[in-house]
Amino acid sequence: MLVELFHKLRSAGVPASLTEYLMLMEAMQARVASVSIDDFYHLARIALVKDERHYDRFDRVFGAHFQGIEAAFQEVVGDIPADWLRSQVELQLSEEEMRQIEALGGWEQLMKTLAQRLQEQHGRHEGGSKWIGTAGRSPFGANGYNPEGVRIGQETSRHRRAVKVWDQRAFRNLDDTVELGTRNIKAALRRLRAFARSGAAEELDLDDTIRSTARNAGYLELKMVPERHNAVKVLLFLDVGGSMDDHVRICAELFSASRSEFKNLEYYYFHNFLYESVWKDNRRRFDERVPLTKVLNTYGPDYKLIFVGDATMSPYEISQAGGSVEHYNEIPGAVWFRSLIERYPAAIWLNPELETRWPYSPSVGMVRELMGERMFPLTIEGLERGIKALRRRH
Amino acid sequence: MSVARFDGTDSYVATADLKMAVNAAVTLGRPLLVKGEPGTGKTRLAEEVAAALGRPFYQWHIKSTTKAQQGLYEYDAVSRLRDSQLGDARVHDISNYIVRGKLWEAFESEERPVLLIDEIDKADIEFPNDLLLELDRMEFFVYETQQVVKARNRPIILITSNNEKELPDAFLRRCFFHYIRFPDRDTMTEIVNVHYPDLKKTLLREALEVFFDIREVPGLKKKPSTSELLDWIKLLVAEDIPPEVLRSDDPRKTIPVLHGALLKNEQDVHLFERLVFMAKRNAR
Repeated sequence: MLVELFHKLRSAGVPASLTEYLMLMEAMQARVASVSIDDFYHLARIALVKDERHYDRFDRVFGAHFQGIEAAFQEVVGDIPADWLRSQVELQLSEEEMRQIEALGGWEQLMKTLAQRLQEQHGRHEGGSKWIGTAGRSPFGANGYNPEGVRIGQETSRHRRAVKVWDQRAFRNLDDTVELGTRNIKAALRRLRAFARSGAAEELDLDDTIRSTARNAGYLELKMVPERHNAVKVLLFLDVGGSMDDHVRICAELFSASRSEFKNLEYYYFHNFLYESVWKDNRRRFDERVPLTKVLNTYGPDYKLIFVGDATMSPYEISQAGGSVEHYNEIPGAVWFRSLIERYPAAIWLNPELETRWPYSPSVGMVRELMGERMFPLTIEGLERGIKALRRRH
Repeated sequence: MSVARFDGTDSYVATADLKMAVNAAVTLGRPLLVKGEPGTGKTRLAEEVAAALGRPFYQWHIKSTTKAQQGLYEYDAVSRLRDSQLGDARVHDISNYIVRGKLWEAFESEERPVLLIDEIDKADIEFPNDLLLELDRMEFFVYETQQVVKARNRPIILITSNNEKELPDAFLRRCFFHYIRFPDRDTMTEIVNVHYPDLKKTLLREALEVFFDIREVPGLKKKPSTSELLDWIKLLVAEDIPPEVLRSDDPRKTIPVLHGALLKNEQDVHLFERLVFMAKRNAR
């Protein structure tokens, strides 16, 4: 039973390992948890899940896995004195489950048959009553998880009890495919750090001091080095206006996180796509423009290039001269774009649009091709992949 | 190994899942990694566990410059060099220049100690990896004196993290993990009761009302946390603010009294004022 839960967790994307599974076994053997399923839920989560972003996945798998079994447990408790049952279960667990994992299969089998039998009983017994089918309660169904359905079932059931902890799914918005905040972005950006020593020599270099002292016939000679600090350089291009208005908040968060994380951050804005000039101040975007050639000449190829934009536009805006929506561009955007990519080998494109929607817009495909597939969604998970791609190229 | 159970203390309210996490770590002698919003009592937890179980307490506070080796021991080569130049007799024994770290101190403890490794995410990314073996076997080797330091009693290790860096998988696999959720209203009432047992019920109710309302304001840069609520209540009590003031619908008073304890950022104060203003205008 537990091996199955373990495998379900792994296939749901909770990266639990064998070490952790054995740790859970050890904890059960040491009787850290009592027999209640709530205790087991907490214990399993402590041992198997090591990241709060995976709590929600864990809750869903746990809910689906134990739904039938727990329902069966409930029915049994209703008919038999609870104390007696508890002692029986305790007996069984201490003998079988705590000692040998193989025996777990037996317990599971027992509970499964019980669950099946109950399902049949439900069909005969309460088939006509109103709550079955209202919200599609299917406690033993294939998909299993149905918060609405379960809650209705539980409320009208004979054995009233609170909604299970894992059914509340309190950790829903910690899943890393959904939430982004400046702190998370900062944590992700921090991976891009590259430390270097430059500036005034203020730190004692112990190794060199010892070496020099030895060379100096044992007479102490102090050596100093400059302090380490983050030397990574970032060039940020942000798409503004138009379809990007939907993503203002997330872009602002990314921007503020980058500002505080990188000392050497240069940023420019563009609209839809890159052409011969960009700007630094959106209020004066038509007056104060910086030619892209100047950008290319100012910043060396050691800068890491990050584009932020939804890449959603007409394909002509990329490929054709005069394709821009705001002005007449003599050279196609793609040409400018290529010169940027060639100058800065470490480059990625972050797209705030959902990854699943990318195929619907041909321009996204074109930009991806220009970027050599280095386009990533603007989620924590996507940002991490992007940072990895940036680090790879040196 | 003695199995004492941790059940919270008079001054610390622990939820069921937190108790479970601590007890699992105590029973199996494995490190417990605690994460959670700032101000949810992560660091307090270790102190309270030590107090509740009556164990000696060691705290190793991690900074961005901390190296794993500093927790074990440091070899003070510079002092030794200096002593050698001055002809000090101490110089012949290298162990005079081995400075013990917190981990070593905890390993030497007569009783089973509680060791807190605070804010492990502040250190370098490789920091946790450098401690894998030491935390697993609870022993390490001192190269300079060729001795093995082994824990007399496997310490109860609690580690806190603020999520500024991802921790390596190999490290996580060896720990139990618990994420302290932000307390719900009932737990919060309990926490405040523990800290201010004589607080008037009405004041507490009104204060919690305001507090949770503020937390729900969308777009706040920094949401107020438990420790900030406690500070605020302390101020309310000290200033003897009557509960009615917190409830007042006076449109000129858009923002709760003594808000400085809850909102720590002028953008947040502005945002809050604007939202309250809009809400009041709509209500009229």
